[in-house]
Amino acid sequence: MSRLAGPLRGGLFIVILAAMPSFDLAHWVLNMLVFTLMYAVMSSAWNLTGGFAGYPSLGHAAFFGLGAYTEGLWFQHHSIHSGYEPFLILPLVGLLAALVGVPIAAIAMRTRADVFAIVTITLLFVAQTLAFNLRTLTGGAQGLSMTAPPFSLRTFERPFYYVLVLLLAVAMGITWASMRSKVGLSLAAVRADEDKAVGIGVHVVGVKLMSFAVSVGLTAMVGGVWAYYEGFIYPQFAVDPLVTIAIVLMTFLGGRATLWGPVLGAFILELAQQYLAYDLGGSQFYLIAYAAVFLVVMLLLPRGIVPSLQDRLRQRRRRHLVDANPSDGDADALGRPEVSQGIVLSRAQMVPLVGGTS
Amino acid sequence: MHALIQGLILGVLTAGVYALMASGQTLIFGIMKVVNLAQGALVILGAYLSYQLFTSFGIDPFLAIPITTVMMFGVGMVIELVFLRPLRREDRSELSLLVTFAIALLLEGIMSVSWSTSVRSINTSYANSSWTVFGYQVTLVRLWAFLLSLAALGMLFLLLNRTRFGRAVRASVQNPESARLLGVESSRVSAIGFGIGAATAAAAGSVYGLLYPFNSGSHYDLISRLLSIVLLGGLGSIGGAVVGALVVSVSSAVVAATVSPIWSEMTFFVILLLVLLVRPRGLFGTTARGAI
Repeated sequence: MSRLAGPLRGGLFIVILAAMPSFDLAHWVLNMLVFTLMYAVMSSAWNLTGGFAGYPSLGHAAFFGLGAYTEGLWFQHHSIHSGYEPFLILPLVGLLAALVGVPIAAIAMRTRADVFAIVTITLLFVAQTLAFNLRTLTGGAQGLSMTAPPFSLRTFERPFYYVLVLLLAVAMGITWASMRSKVGLSLAAVRADEDKAVGIGVHVVGVKLMSFAVSVGLTAMVGGVWAYYEGFIYPQFAVDPLVTIAIVLMTFLGGRATLWGPVLGAFILELAQQYLAYDLGGSQFYLIAYAAVFLVVMLLLPRGIVPSLQDRLRQRRRRHLVDANPSDGDADALGRPEVSQGIVLSRAQMVPLVGGTS
Repeated sequence: MHALIQGLILGVLTAGVYALMASGQTLIFGIMKVVNLAQGALVILGAYLSYQLFTSFGIDPFLAIPITTVMMFGVGMVIELVFLRPLRREDRSELSLLVTFAIALLLEGIMSVSWSTSVRSINTSYANSSWTVFGYQVTLVRLWAFLLSLAALGMLFLLLNRTRFGRAVRASVQNPESARLLGVESSRVSAIGFGIGAATAAAAGSVYGLLYPFNSGSHYDLISRLLSIVLLGGLGSIGGAVVGALVVSVSSAVVAATVSPIWSEMTFFVILLLVLLVRPRGLFGTTARGAI
């Protein structure tokens, strides 16, 4: 039963999301949801390297931009008829970004944690400079325009929305599959202690490169959808440090190395951000409010919502166990939550560890 | 050839200011293992402070440095106490990146509200005077800025090598555990260390404000340069920061003078990536991480 609970919950979530537009939501609501979904996909993708492998990339926005410009450039030379062609080439966009990402990761992932973060942020600035300066390709600061899709205005957002729901399903599916497989274990080993992981024979380089490639591939696909949705690609928005930071923050808020954390984080933060931007308008107080939210999250919930809730829940369940059988077990050892590193032991696995209750 | 040498001169003179900013950042890393992404924002805040002192009270930016450094020392201590101290030790290095970035955004927001986002520059009477030596132009401001940065770096060096506090800092950089055992109060060293880092940012900020026009968003450009410098030199090494600053600013000035200004920023990123390919810990980074 518990083996099916995960996919069931995920499937239900995706079905509910997919059903949303049928309720004839207002355009601004759908528009907000489109952006929220973009961030949900990107945070889930970022989580593969930043969460599971413990390599906090700050350069993902560069691949978002790569995806956007690939999409834009492709349709400078090809025309759009039905309006669905840009979606069809998305897998190619993802593949291209993954191919670009592999050699970059091979260099950057020689460094660890904080240095890796800095190397990837310099990558982001390189990408930004390129986007501004390769005028013949990107149009420089004037930007690049895409043909407007021939969708009817009444249901304009829907195709984008459905594609993003599909991408989210893919991202969550990949996350779920890797958590349940040897890949996830290898990534956890890399995160916990890379040198020891090498020692016990984990294919460290392989899993690192794979997680990075998949992660940036998904990010680039979102970039492609974004470019088509916006219809115009400006370098300062296509390669934007704030996009990177938003993704990272959402993952941290929800909980790193969890399936639902990044999605939850994206839904909370993106909606809050839209509200703040709307409420405080273009004024600079918006930046202060955003930074304040950011700081409060980091200081109060350093491990994120999902892991904190899981701990709380597990603690309570264990207290029940102890209450039911006061005779056995060391209450102190049982009551203390172990640090969740993403792989959560089920109760059945835990019982032999803490000295059976049956 | 003329353009090349002119670029070299400009690069070396500018390197002083960057070395000053980067030394504060690398010092903070050495002590706390925190990569301070707010260093650029602190520099810009320093520039705004000296701009304000100049426009309201007519205090020359060079003379304002003692005032701004003391103020920013306080700001740095507060940042350490409020935002960095509560972080748990095990996830400090990762979280501190995000926290300091958030501080940078917060400072950017505060500066935008206080001074609006329009570009400011500090126009002193000597801002445009320059000398011509053997046909090469040397601006007075840049020369002064260079000398002042050297003096500040020298003071930092003396502080670290000749004082009791400096010994405590070096001890905690080399081995935090033994330093604590020997009675170094690491939390105080951290707070004061971050304060000093912010103070160097203030000194560099006054100079930066004289050299370049700036607004609240300028810190993105600064932080990318600073990170390249610090990484190039090796995190935690002040000597490395000086060398890194020289490499970065000379290469970008030379490329700007001989090729095109738009590619000058690319140069040092490329250099950085190449160096990291060969030495992932930077030029002077040690395996023990952080010898000053």
